[in-house]
Amino acid sequence: MGRIQLKQVKKAFGDVTVIPPLDLEIEDGEFVVFVGPSGCGKSTLLRLIAGLEDVTDGRIEIDGSDATGLPPAKRSLAMVFQSYALYPHMSVRKNIAFPMKMAGVAQDEQDRRIDAAAKALNLVDYLDRKPGQLSGGQRQRVAIGRAIVREPSAFLFDEPLSNLDAALRVGMRMEISELHKKLATTMIYVTHDQVEAMTMADKIVVLQAGVIEQVGSPLELYKTPRNKFVAGFIGSPKMNFIEGSDAAEHQAHTIGIRPEHVSVSTTEGRWKGTVGVAEHLGSDTFIHVHGIPGCDPMTVRAEGDIAVSHGDTIFLTPNTSQIHKFNAEGLRFE
Amino acid sequence: MARAVSTRTKVTNTAIAGTLGFLMFFPILWILILSFKTEEDAIRAPLEVLFQSGWTTESFGTVQARSDYFKHFSNSVIISLGSTLLGLIIAVPAAWAMAFVPGKRTKDVLMWMLSTKMLPPVGVLVPIYLLFRDAGLLDTRTGLTLVLMLINLPIIIWMLYTYFKEIPGEILEAARMDGATLRNEIIHVLTPMAIPGMASTVLLNIILAWNEAFWTLNLTAAKAAPLTAFIASYSSPEGLFYAKLSAASVMAIAPILIMGWFSQKQLVRGLTFGAVK
Repeated sequence: MGRIQLKQVKKAFGDVTVIPPLDLEIEDGEFVVFVGPSGCGKSTLLRLIAGLEDVTDGRIEIDGSDATGLPPAKRSLAMVFQSYALYPHMSVRKNIAFPMKMAGVAQDEQDRRIDAAAKALNLVDYLDRKPGQLSGGQRQRVAIGRAIVREPSAFLFDEPLSNLDAALRVGMRMEISELHKKLATTMIYVTHDQVEAMTMADKIVVLQAGVIEQVGSPLELYKTPRNKFVAGFIGSPKMNFIEGSDAAEHQAHTIGIRPEHVSVSTTEGRWKGTVGVAEHLGSDTFIHVHGIPGCDPMTVRAEGDIAVSHGDTIFLTPNTSQIHKFNAEGLRFE
Repeated sequence: MARAVSTRTKVTNTAIAGTLGFLMFFPILWILILSFKTEEDAIRAPLEVLFQSGWTTESFGTVQARSDYFKHFSNSVIISLGSTLLGLIIAVPAAWAMAFVPGKRTKDVLMWMLSTKMLPPVGVLVPIYLLFRDAGLLDTRTGLTLVLMLINLPIIIWMLYTYFKEIPGEILEAARMDGATLRNEIIHVLTPMAIPGMASTVLLNIILAWNEAFWTLNLTAAKAAPLTAFIASYSSPEGLFYAKLSAASVMAIAPILIMGWFSQKQLVRGLTFGAVK
């Protein structure tokens, strides 16, 4: 079981409130991602749940019982840190065994769980090595192994992939997702990378300055962002915001259109602009177009083999059914 | 690219460094030489000492016969090890607290501790002497162990604090998440990681306590006198006896010199620990 509820949880460091009172429910077995720009309080929120920081006010419940004052060890949560935080003086086997040793698990049971974790995480050949002799990806697997063997009611991940290179990150992302499917245990995952959030989450919690901007499934956030912040944060490249006469036409203060919802033509279209930078990715081309009134530059996605280059004149047409309308406060309306 | 250094510069620098090194080492070398001479030879002109006199170990025999070397030696061992151990017991929790749960005043406390080292010891000699007299601690190993522990405590705490600061907090948090109690966290995680730093702290403090002369000379007479008092006893009362004084000095510094020699790698690593990641 791993149902976690935050009730009016608040965190302040001295006079500075980093997290104003917030409520959040995490269901058993859910994969929840906290996402937001750096400094938005997502890591602090995770540390509050872990018990590594004390809440200033409010209540944290795990499986229905009050865990607010419990020390981290008593919450039956396991955490994977950004820096892996392996014990450098212990072998991989001992690192993985450590939480079980602390919990007083019998030796043969320890061995059984270590072997199972090592098999699942491809660590069988490395059990006798020290963390210093492992690559970043292997270290991260050890950290995950150490978390798994505790059989916790929930896993907490604090930006676990940010120290890995891009290729490894994609691989580990899949491994963690698969692990979630297999274990069906609650996972709370903190990242600043919206791609990680979109690809892994059952439920995304978007944070800004300690405030929850929106909670929802990846597609909900993509299709119906509550405000400009969420609209801009979710989706890559980010949504284009247009102000002025084009927005007024839709009776909105600002309208937003995603790069993938704008069609590109070299002959005619709604807006005329000049190509700034064209990023050819092979499968797609992202074109940054200058000279569109109320939005400069506008980013659009075109097919991979489009032949445009810097300085070309280009015409853009938005798919009107995909336009998001925002009022002066930045809130989205239909 | 490495900077180009001409052979001439290298030779000059090596010569300068070698000369400086020799100058610093010379007094110890001279003591060593004199300790193997007779009293008559020891006061002759330096060149005559070197080239026109024989070698003898009689000074060592005389020194041992006149004053019990092993008593002083065991006093030195007990006092320096005891004060270091006692200091560690107090300093580890203190440094832990300041490194991992710093408060608003942690820096001030550290500075205050260091400031006690800025006070000339003689300034507190009279009160401490009187306290020792009234408490019956004069000329006792317990008394010396206590006072040397207190003298070196700021240094032990500072060194341990610096080493503990180097240990990433996330590792200790991981231990906490893994279910370790504070005691287990210190035993299984913190201490093994801090061992290099602790070892050099211990070594340095043994050396400092071993060589401490002001308090050992002022607070002891005969019973608890360590090797520093043993050397001093050859310097004044009956005039100067260079050969015996040298022999006594060699006997007093040899153990710590040998220990320092064998642990120099550890000491240097400890003292420069954390300078570069």
